[in-house]
Amino acid sequence: MAAMFSQNPLMNGAHYATTDAPKTNDYREHRFYPYTDNGGTTLAISGADFTVMAGDTRHTSGYSINSRTEPKLFKIGGTTADQHDATIVLSVCGFAADGNALRDQLDTICKIYRYRHGKAMSANACAKRLSTILYGKRFFPYYVHAMLGGIDEEGKGVVYSYDPVGSYERETCRAGGAGGSLIMPFLDNQVNFKNQYAPGSGVGHDLQERERRPLLLDEVETLVKDAFDGAAERHIEVGDSLQMFILTKDGIEEKILPLKKD
Amino acid sequence: MDHRPMAWGRPRDDVYGAYDASYVRPNDPTQHTQQPIVTGTSVLAIKFKEGVVIAADNLASYGSLARFTDVKRLRTFAGTSVVGFGGDVSDMQYINRHLTDLTLSENYSSPDEPRLSAANLHRYLSKLMYKRRSKFDPLWNHILVAGLDDEGAPFLAATDLLGTTYSAPSLATGYGSMLAQPIMRRHAPDEESAAQLSQEAAIEVIRESMKVLFYRDARSMDRYSIAVITKDGVDLKEDEQLEGQSWAFADRIKGYGTQTV
Repeated sequence: MAAMFSQNPLMNGAHYATTDAPKTNDYREHRFYPYTDNGGTTLAISGADFTVMAGDTRHTSGYSINSRTEPKLFKIGGTTADQHDATIVLSVCGFAADGNALRDQLDTICKIYRYRHGKAMSANACAKRLSTILYGKRFFPYYVHAMLGGIDEEGKGVVYSYDPVGSYERETCRAGGAGGSLIMPFLDNQVNFKNQYAPGSGVGHDLQERERRPLLLDEVETLVKDAFDGAAERHIEVGDSLQMFILTKDGIEEKILPLKKD
Repeated sequence: MDHRPMAWGRPRDDVYGAYDASYVRPNDPTQHTQQPIVTGTSVLAIKFKEGVVIAADNLASYGSLARFTDVKRLRTFAGTSVVGFGGDVSDMQYINRHLTDLTLSENYSSPDEPRLSAANLHRYLSKLMYKRRSKFDPLWNHILVAGLDDEGAPFLAATDLLGTTYSAPSLATGYGSMLAQPIMRRHAPDEESAAQLSQEAAIEVIRESMKVLFYRDARSMDRYSIAVITKDGVDLKEDEQLEGQSWAFADRIKGYGTQTV
């Protein structure tokens, strides 16, 4: 009797892992796969009193470029469709259809919040809500790397970054998408001054880390452009145009800069 | 005679015989479209100064068999927009019926002028496609929507079976994205150049691209539909013939065409 429910698979007779089980019906050769990757890269950096959100505008399917002007950055939660008074920017990178669905859903929620409470949603509240939206599709996820940028209650710049199922974290900077792994180490070094030491401070354990300071807006803008030029050089899914949103307490300014188009 | 309520209104078994239950849908799991069966190939479109030109050939293939040679793959909507379908033809016909129903209800609620611009229509179709892919029951099409947006500017955008959407000065589906898009992009690389393009030039680019596709795409045909959309309406021609073909290049082709020995 004990052997019947043994934990040892060999004692239970013919035993299959689910994938090795003999197929009773083998007519299903190909299953519809509901995801694709539309490439592109996004980047967000928060400063003392500003946040910069950036993304390229190339939209790809495999080796083909579908469009050179398809944005990945969206203003969220304004009073009207043109989002002229929005204070939050969402960036989505990965499967573009999921990204658009996520943007629509978050924007609707922010608009309902504004209607019910008579004020705009704070970046903090919106960030938490975005996490629950993503987790709500835990078992059929939005296949996107989302980032949310805004200004917090103290007037400081904020960036939240997410994984596809809603794990999130407030960060000073983050690069996501196809070129994310190319840009992130550059950001570690240039924004958080990782592996930078005070000159002449010694060797080994005597080394003193370079003192960290928040970057200025024009430094960040240069950094963002350099990061995207680098990614566009080395990644085929990155290029065409760089869309940048600069968020301050006064609102959101948009900048479009050219990138390599090859 | 069976007078019980479950037999009311049904043909009598003693007169007509028992109902053949094989006509009833079997109790199997529902089958979703897993692959396209009868298919249409590329759809091409390019924006110009005052509107959009869109074209698709009239062939519906059954695998490599040229099965139906008179299938119109462009359809007008509200007299102001044109939808071009690539991919599964039965799913195209389903969407076609759906759009006809939509037109009918729109005509009731807004009889004097159409409310849905091409931009609205594209949004509607992409939501439909995304909803169906999310149900794992996709409509196996790649669709181009051409027309004017709410401001009256030329509008051109695509949606596919996954609900992915994008917009550009020129668009092509299927093989067209590899063979025709480079030709069209030479004439309209960006929105500014498309806004300089004349209607005649745009039509000529599309006709030339259709010819290139016929040379190289084995699932294409030399009869095609072409539509020009401007603020004056839709000019749809459904039985055009490719003209000025030259197959002189053909006898030099070896292998895939790049081979030199």
